Amino acid sequence: MMASSYNIKEEDGHHSGSSGPGGNAVRTKKPDNTAFKQQRLPAWQPIITAGTVLPAFFIIGLIFIPIGIGLYVTSNNIKEFEIDYTGIDISSPCFNCSQSYSWNTTTSCTCSIPFSLDQPFESNVFMYYGLSNFYQNHRRYVKSRDDSQLNGNLDSLKAPSKECEPYRINENMPIAPCGAIANSMFNDTLDLFYIDPNGTRTPIPLMKTGIAWWTDKHVKFRNPGGSSSNLTAVFYGTTKPLSWPKPVYELDTDPENNGFVNEDLIVWMRTAALPTFRKLYRIIQKKNSLTPTLPRGNYTLDIVYNYPVRSFDGRKRMILSTISWMGGKNPFLGIAYISVGSVCFFLGVVLLFIHHKYGNRNNSSDIPN
Amino acid sequence: MLRRRLNRLFGGDEKRVDSRTIYVGNRPCPATETFIPPKFCDNRIVSSKYTIWNFLPKNLFEQFRRIANFYFLIIFLVQVIVDTPTSPVTSGLPLFFVITVTAIKQGYEDWLRHKADSEVNKYPVRVLEDGQPARKDSEKIKVGDIVEVVEDETFPCDLILLQSSRDDDTCFVTTASLDGESNHKTHYTVPDMEKDLQSLSATIECEQPQPDLYKFVGRMHIYKPEHDPAVRSLGPENLLLKGATLKNTKKIYGVAVYTGMETKMALNYQGKSQKRSAVEKSINAFLLVYLCILISKAVVCTTLKYVWQSQDGQDEPWYNQKTEKEKGTILYVKMFTDFLSFMVLFNFIIPVSMYVTVEMQKFLGSFFITWDRDFFDPEIEEGALVNTSDLNEELGQVEYVFTDKTGTLTQNNMEFIECCIDGFQYTAFSSELDSFCVTDGPVSTFQEKAGREKEELFLRALCLCHTVQVKEAGPDELGGDQVDGPASEPLRPAEQRGFIASSPDEVALVKGAMRYGFTFLGLESKTMKIKNWQNDVEEYELLHVLNFDPVRRRMSVIVRSKSGDTLLFCKGADSSIFPRVRPEEVERIRMHVQRSATEGYRTLCVAYKRLSVDEYAAADAGLREARLALQDREEKLMAVYNQVETAMSLIGATAVEDRLQEEAAQTMEALQGAGMKVWVLTGDKMETAKSTCYACRLFRRSTELLELTVRTLESGGRRREEMLHDLLFDFHRKAVQDAPPARAGVNRSWSSANPEYGFIVDGAALALVMNPSPDTNCSRYRSLFLQICQNCTAVLCCRMAPLQKAQIVKMVKNSKGSPITLSIGDGANDVSMILEAHVGIGVKGKEGRQAVRNSDYAIPKLKHLRKLLLAHGHLYYIRIAHLVQYFFYKNLCFILPQFLYQFFCGCSQQPLYDAAYLTMYNICFTSMPILAYSLLEQQIAIEVLLDNATLYRDIAKNAMLRWGPFLYWTVLAVFQGLIFFFGVKYLFSNPALQDNGQVFGNWSYGTIVFTVLVFTVTLKLALDTRHWTWINHFVIWGSLAFYVVFSFFWGGIIWPFLKQQRLYFVFFNMLSSVSAWLVIILLIVLSLLPDILLGVLRKPRGPHTQQMRRCLPSSGTSTIFVLSQTTSTHSFSWSD
Repeated sequence: MMASSYNIKEEDGHHSGSSGPGGNAVRTKKPDNTAFKQQRLPAWQPIITAGTVLPAFFIIGLIFIPIGIGLYVTSNNIKEFEIDYTGIDISSPCFNCSQSYSWNTTTSCTCSIPFSLDQPFESNVFMYYGLSNFYQNHRRYVKSRDDSQLNGNLDSLKAPSKECEPYRINENMPIAPCGAIANSMFNDTLDLFYIDPNGTRTPIPLMKTGIAWWTDKHVKFRNPGGSSSNLTAVFYGTTKPLSWPKPVYELDTDPENNGFVNEDLIVWMRTAALPTFRKLYRIIQKKNSLTPTLPRGNYTLDIVYNYPVRSFDGRKRMILSTISWMGGKNPFLGIAYISVGSVCFFLGVVLLFIHHKYGNRNNSSDIPN
Repeated sequence: MLRRRLNRLFGGDEKRVDSRTIYVGNRPCPATETFIPPKFCDNRIVSSKYTIWNFLPKNLFEQFRRIANFYFLIIFLVQVIVDTPTSPVTSGLPLFFVITVTAIKQGYEDWLRHKADSEVNKYPVRVLEDGQPARKDSEKIKVGDIVEVVEDETFPCDLILLQSSRDDDTCFVTTASLDGESNHKTHYTVPDMEKDLQSLSATIECEQPQPDLYKFVGRMHIYKPEHDPAVRSLGPENLLLKGATLKNTKKIYGVAVYTGMETKMALNYQGKSQKRSAVEKSINAFLLVYLCILISKAVVCTTLKYVWQSQDGQDEPWYNQKTEKEKGTILYVKMFTDFLSFMVLFNFIIPVSMYVTVEMQKFLGSFFITWDRDFFDPEIEEGALVNTSDLNEELGQVEYVFTDKTGTLTQNNMEFIECCIDGFQYTAFSSELDSFCVTDGPVSTFQEKAGREKEELFLRALCLCHTVQVKEAGPDELGGDQVDGPASEPLRPAEQRGFIASSPDEVALVKGAMRYGFTFLGLESKTMKIKNWQNDVEEYELLHVLNFDPVRRRMSVIVRSKSGDTLLFCKGADSSIFPRVRPEEVERIRMHVQRSATEGYRTLCVAYKRLSVDEYAAADAGLREARLALQDREEKLMAVYNQVETAMSLIGATAVEDRLQEEAAQTMEALQGAGMKVWVLTGDKMETAKSTCYACRLFRRSTELLELTVRTLESGGRRREEMLHDLLFDFHRKAVQDAPPARAGVNRSWSSANPEYGFIVDGAALALVMNPSPDTNCSRYRSLFLQICQNCTAVLCCRMAPLQKAQIVKMVKNSKGSPITLSIGDGANDVSMILEAHVGIGVKGKEGRQAVRNSDYAIPKLKHLRKLLLAHGHLYYIRIAHLVQYFFYKNLCFILPQFLYQFFCGCSQQPLYDAAYLTMYNICFTSMPILAYSLLEQQIAIEVLLDNATLYRDIAKNAMLRWGPFLYWTVLAVFQGLIFFFGVKYLFSNPALQDNGQVFGNWSYGTIVFTVLVFTVTLKLALDTRHWTWINHFVIWGSLAFYVVFSFFWGGIIWPFLKQQRLYFVFFNMLSSVSAWLVIILLIVLSLLPDILLGVLRKPRGPHTQQMRRCLPSSGTSTIFVLSQTTSTHSFSWSD
């Protein structure tokens, strides 16, 4: 990348050092003749010149463009299907549900949205819910949690951190899990049914686990009092978050996925970076290699509509997506790589031209000494 | 400061009639009924700033007076008080660190000053107490004490000489460390003083302390029991100044009149004010820009926040309720605290750590000066010394160099070089032959060129025409020097003791004569003895000495030989001798005189005259009469002198070299080649100084000299003011108006087409310019004077009082464009200018340590200045400039993504990065590489810098810290910040980045941005590094590795003391995502592209230019070439 001259300056420090025993140390005040102190450390002196950068440009171009093409193709091969089920439109099946504004309605509203997949989804399919205009990264929101409570600390369970205000204490009982994040946990239930051509609804098995980071599930989030004990007893003396219909120990029947280690909770607790985000909801595992996970055909999405978003002009989506080695579908990386690679290549050509035409005299100086 | 004001008060206020009364020996005197022991300050010298008690408050106060520190303090307090996104620790810790480090550094420096002070203050002196000398510390001397001083000691305070061990009631003193004149001066005891000082009862009434070294008025009342009080008047000849050294006198007693800070030497000091470098000013300017950016960012964010919140449902959505407290606060208070919060969030844009790093860079960097072996002088066994490390980079910015002459440019060691007898040239030492030099071979073999008689006459003249005294020493020592080689001769102390004279060149002449075989044996009761070639002793009766004075510029002796001839020998400047000799003799010698003057030698012409009995009788009578005259004695003497010294015959001329410091001429030339203007400020005589300037090649043969001295002012026969006016305008027309516009960057040796001007001004004329009488328009004169000076290639100011030197420096310093000035000197008389200039350099000369102690840098020899400026200064400047720019750059692109993030988080002050990253970014991740860079970088090798003085011009005028480069860095930072943020943002349009479909959150976002940032910023520095030592490798790759390791570590553990485990396994998960890797690489490459591209398109620097420049003749050789080609016969030497 750079022309370089390796320039070891004469280091007479060694000479005097070796002859040191001969000459007695009379001249104590004289500064040491070390390479460092005399600023004569051997040094590599690279120079950026057209001649050295040119190959670098070509190499970057040649590497980036294929990577970009690979990324782009990979991204394009990822199948993704998205449904907005907010129910803004009157025609939408969820319109009625969306009209019930507040989050504390006791009755749940259900709606179902039919859709069809034009292409079969091979391999594992990941089901996301997406929210828009939801500021999970608002500062007041982000800090409104108590990690030590979520980590199973009994003291914090009974006395949550002040950061959780105003979701800390309800009716003189500490809230578990406390804080705005936990309080606003996404609580729509999404179910997927395959409509056979003959009209029968086959429920598609959705896996609840494996959606959160392994370390979160196993280290960062822990139920108080260990995993084996009775959660109801452990959480005695605490109250559920205000907007939750059920207390935290009733999130799931599976004891491994209940309480603070419930993966839906864990996923929700990882605050999103941007106001429009998606979170992993369920995984549809591939059954066998012969049939696609989601074959082509008609489906229905059954929604238990609990989560109000209209008050802040939000949107709710359900996303089905396959995953590649680079993650979900995102053409940005591929395009960026291709363009940066092309720019480099182009610059390389331009520089080569300039260099060839004007820079001949530089050639001699490219060879150092 | 205070002292300076005091000075002005004392100096300017002549009307103050206040006088002080001193009781000699602090004994009450009979005449005064009430003895009130007067209160005077003690003899302590204080140059330190702090004491143990006031160190902490005073130092803290001074530190927080710095805008930056104050700003950080405010930020810290805001963080403590207001609910802010980051904890107070993030800014409090670095601030504490900065303050502590700076305090330690300043404390250490002040401790050194304390040590130096106490060295002076605790110096043992002997004070007469009850007739017995008692040992005391110097600081204990009180006004009125009688102090004993022995030979070669310096006077501990200003003393009135009471008694001397010499028979003639005189003592010899050198004031080299005060005014730079190293010759011996005679001071006189108070007339008719009793021998018994114990019983002396006297008071001294004298003026209050004032800084003028040459002025003193006082009266001494001596009380004797049976007599009326006797009154003696006291003048400067009775006053022994602190700092001067007693010479050739065994012992003196004196009574202290001024002590400590009231001594004339101390009054000539200037208060130490903190020097700030130009770089620091640039930093402050940039700081203001960044402060504006910061405030506008905070304002924008605050505004947007409230705009956003005003939308329906955004301020307080159901999922994100406010606390009761928040709801309770008034809107405007909330807005204000929001504003402050944003300020805190973005405050990293103004880096605390920059100050730490700059301080560390300066502190550590200055060690390289101390360590440099090239600065080591084997003679004094010392290297360079750094007193203030704040000014390292200023060494690379110098535009004006003010140098002292004596001891700095010259060694003050006169040496006889050659003579010319009757038109034939004799060289003392057979080195450096050129076409004129006919003599060859050993010294003693005189070639028969001129008549033998003439030669003898010439040598006799040299031996007789002087006022040299022979110091009582063994004759072996005197004779010994013919054996020695000439080179080692001046160094031998035994030789130095041989002769004592008021002027060192007289000694040189006598020694020169000795070298030719005529030895002056001494003066015994009006008889001068000479040993001639035949080893016979010739005796001459000394009849009259016609003293030297600067107006006549010659001296004569009238002697009578054994044979009864009365002879007058005269020696003096050619201009004063030539008109007084027969014209036909002049031409033969004039050529030699001119030639040797060109070489920078001090030339003297020697003439003689045989006086007939009548003539002598007339002269003798005239002289005696004039000497006894009470009125106009000077004028009358002068008239007689002029009458006697006529119609002489010229014998020859001598050339004496005031030996320059090693490589003085080369150094001066290098400095001029580097674009600096060199001014010589000296207390010495004009002639001497002028010849030194020629020798140093500050003046050339082709230089036209503009003289503004007392002599030129008085020559017109008009009033001084009028003449000054005319001369100034005349010179201004010549030098400023007629001169073609100066072409920058042209080496002066090539631009010989334009006339070059040298400007000479002396102290008296300067005083007229600076403080003219009220009716003239003084500011006009000043600006005229300054313009003339700036248009001259070299300026010589002679006969300067120490404060005048400082005045000149100050004038230039405050002139348009406020150029960076450097003063270099070795004596106490240079201290004021050393303190006044931006950079003060002390030469560790023979004249004591005053200059060194007050300087910013001290070097053993003048020649070291070249490396100090051209190599060290250049490198330091580049280093620190890059350091500053880089710091602003890296913090802008650090904070910009955080700013942009506010648009996507509802302007809620949510930090993008984790608190650990926010704090560690400047302290750990990115500080070490730039520190290493700023200590080790050598874009151009030291040798090349030394060889090509012109490279210094590349960085002149703060080239790397002007707005252009600053804009470039800022644009680069903005570009990179945008890329970092939006690159990652587009990636996060689908946050499922892992192959298991799991999603990333906001902390992953920040971590990816931060990773890109750290790598880009470090690699950018790597691209800029042109000098990769192992340390650079270690630090650059090391800090990247440290970042990775730290991130693993930080995210790998549930930290019990943290409230939130934000980064738990975030970094690890990031690395497990291929997309994150790809985006990091892409963004780094993209961010560095413009820099690489610019690096290609920019003109190649470094070794390439070195090679190209090497092809050109270096300035040193070229000027030598030009010099040897000069054939101009322009007359300039010593003439007016």
